[in-house]
Amino acid sequence: MLTAIAIVIIGVLLFLANMFMDNYQLRILNLSGIYIILSLSMILINGFLGLFSLGHAGFMAIGAYTVALLTTPPMAKQMNYYLDPIVPWLAETEWSFLPAILLGGVLAAIAGFLIGAPVLRLRDDYLAIATLGFAEIIRIVFTNLQSVTNGSLGLKGLPEIEIEIPLPLIGFTLNLSACIWIAAIITILFMVRLVNGSYGKAFKAIREDEIAAEAMGINVFKHKLLAFVIASFFAGVGGAFLGNIMGTVDPLMFRFLLTYNIVLIVVFGGIGSLTGGVLAAIVITAAMELLRFLDSSFDMGPIAVSGIPGLRMVVFSLLLMFIIIFKPRGIMGVREFSWQWLIELPQSIKNSSFGRKKLRKDVSK
Amino acid sequence: MSLLRTENMTMRFGGVVAVSDLNVHLDKNEIIGLIGPNGAGKTTAFNMISGVYKPTVGKIILGKEEVQGGQTVTVEKDITGMKPSAITKLGIARTFQNIRLFKELSVLENVVIANHLRLESNWVSSVVRTPDYTKKETAMYDKSMALLEKVGLAELKDEKSYSLPYGMQRRLEIARALATKPHILLLDEPAAGMNPQESDELMRFIGKIRDEFDLSILMIEHHMQLVMGICERIYVLDYGITIAEGNPYEIQNNPKVIEAYLGVDD
Ligand SMILES: Nc1ncnc2c1ncn2[C@@H]1O[C@H](COP(=O)(O)OP(=O)(O)OP(=O)(O)O)[C@@H](O)[C@H]1O
Ligand SMILES: [Mg+2]
Repeated sequence: MLTAIAIVIIGVLLFLANMFMDNYQLRILNLSGIYIILSLSMILINGFLGLFSLGHAGFMAIGAYTVALLTTPPMAKQMNYYLDPIVPWLAETEWSFLPAILLGGVLAAIAGFLIGAPVLRLRDDYLAIATLGFAEIIRIVFTNLQSVTNGSLGLKGLPEIEIEIPLPLIGFTLNLSACIWIAAIITILFMVRLVNGSYGKAFKAIREDEIAAEAMGINVFKHKLLAFVIASFFAGVGGAFLGNIMGTVDPLMFRFLLTYNIVLIVVFGGIGSLTGGVLAAIVITAAMELLRFLDSSFDMGPIAVSGIPGLRMVVFSLLLMFIIIFKPRGIMGVREFSWQWLIELPQSIKNSSFGRKKLRKDVSK
Repeated sequence: MSLLRTENMTMRFGGVVAVSDLNVHLDKNEIIGLIGPNGAGKTTAFNMISGVYKPTVGKIILGKEEVQGGQTVTVEKDITGMKPSAITKLGIARTFQNIRLFKELSVLENVVIANHLRLESNWVSSVVRTPDYTKKETAMYDKSMALLEKVGLAELKDEKSYSLPYGMQRRLEIARALATKPHILLLDEPAAGMNPQESDELMRFIGKIRDEFDLSILMIEHHMQLVMGICERIYVLDYGITIAEGNPYEIQNNPKVIEAYLGVDD
């Protein structure tokens, strides 16, 4: 019930944001929503199953290209493919966005199944290597499938996502921001329920002790594969949105750096906490954008700093190291937000030593 | 007919023969002991029965009582080399010598997780929270609470399992095994690290759960008083070889056993 109210409030806030924010702010908002989807997808595998997957960029590329290829109008495609004409079976497609996004997720999930099925049987360390390799292979394949993906030229001029809701009388169209945030909220609800349900408990058991989990009758391999495929689906969906708000997709976008950004968010948020993932997705995305000035030239008082491209990433890598050293379990660790916690918050602040100390100070004055 | 039988079960690790031609059988509602000096191969035997290792040679046969045409018959099934999770589903549960609880999870969660294997709902219904799933989940929690009451851990249900005192952790591990609804229970040194009073209590506890849950129990234990007090039959391993088999009285007076334990040279 409280959750439903909260969703309505968030919905209204987003609606207002949509009306009053400028394009730049809206872009940050949209990116935050996308990174929520991506970070929760990664937390499911890396946080709840305790596996280490580094393949997100690959799954995202699959989702992004699927939507770009299926929804770009034939005319625009013709203009893109001037080196090699596009394959005939893609030339005339013009799907609507919803099925294209879902298909992007499903294809990413299938890819997840195909790497997961052999690799998840092996020792856990292999997963990081295999997924890293997979993401790179996807990128190279997409670079070389000239007549399908337009190779390294990529696809430009993608139409912005919008989904028509054809209700009688009050039919309306959801714009890009609305689609992103609805997807983000669905992802949050999905993950919260999955993780709190019996299957989620089994995932946690696997993280805690695989041998004991297997002895409790949990088919460890099957459960790992299930979570991996689900996470791949959401990575595909997140990728579809990311490609879309960039307005262009090309293989360079899906380098390891993209996965690294998500790792950063997940580590910052606390690797086993969905709440941490959501908060970190918003904070880090906003910070990444706000610190963009680091990459260009700026004045620091009397000193003029000439732009060092990549300085932003240096700052963030340092941040990551600091977190790992001083707060190795992220800002949330494995703690989660709950309404119970919020309701008891005023009481617990009063009882905390922090509150008491403050009181004592006041008295001594 | 026995519920569980091994036929020449053997495990080699490279040149080491950890278990050699082991033939044990466990009948309904028996409590059987498996003893032997350190490194005798007892845990390895458990690991083969529970599916962690596939025996190099030999077979593991599970007998199951089924009612066919009004008569109870024992149906045999070869479970050699099956996955541990599949074996647990068939009704063999175990505990570990070095306690393997889900440390960061609560006492209650540890037990609830052990119900997962009997959940007949797919993951989609757990996300959608279908009425059927919700009902099953509630039942899982109720059953787990009832089990915790029975083993005397109900008050600690929200504690992280690693924070329990050692004896309680052992008890929780047994409770967790019971939650999988086994017919056969394998206990690997349940009294390790316990003081005499605690292990006395444990002995009564094991007898109690055997009756209450209709179990047959195979137990590894170094604590002789416990083994002699509760086991109906005992197998003695030394360097992987079965050197004796019999009731507690026979075992205590078997010269081979005394030699193995006291390390008498000839
Ligand atoms: N995975 C393994 N790889 C190689 N050797 C092993 C393995 N597991 C056990 N062994 C060896 O098999 C022998 C029997 O070990 P096991 O753990 O079964 O003994 P145990 O009877 O349970 O002893 P303890 O009383 O100390 O628990 C030992 O020599 C051990 O080193
Ligand atoms: Mg042992």
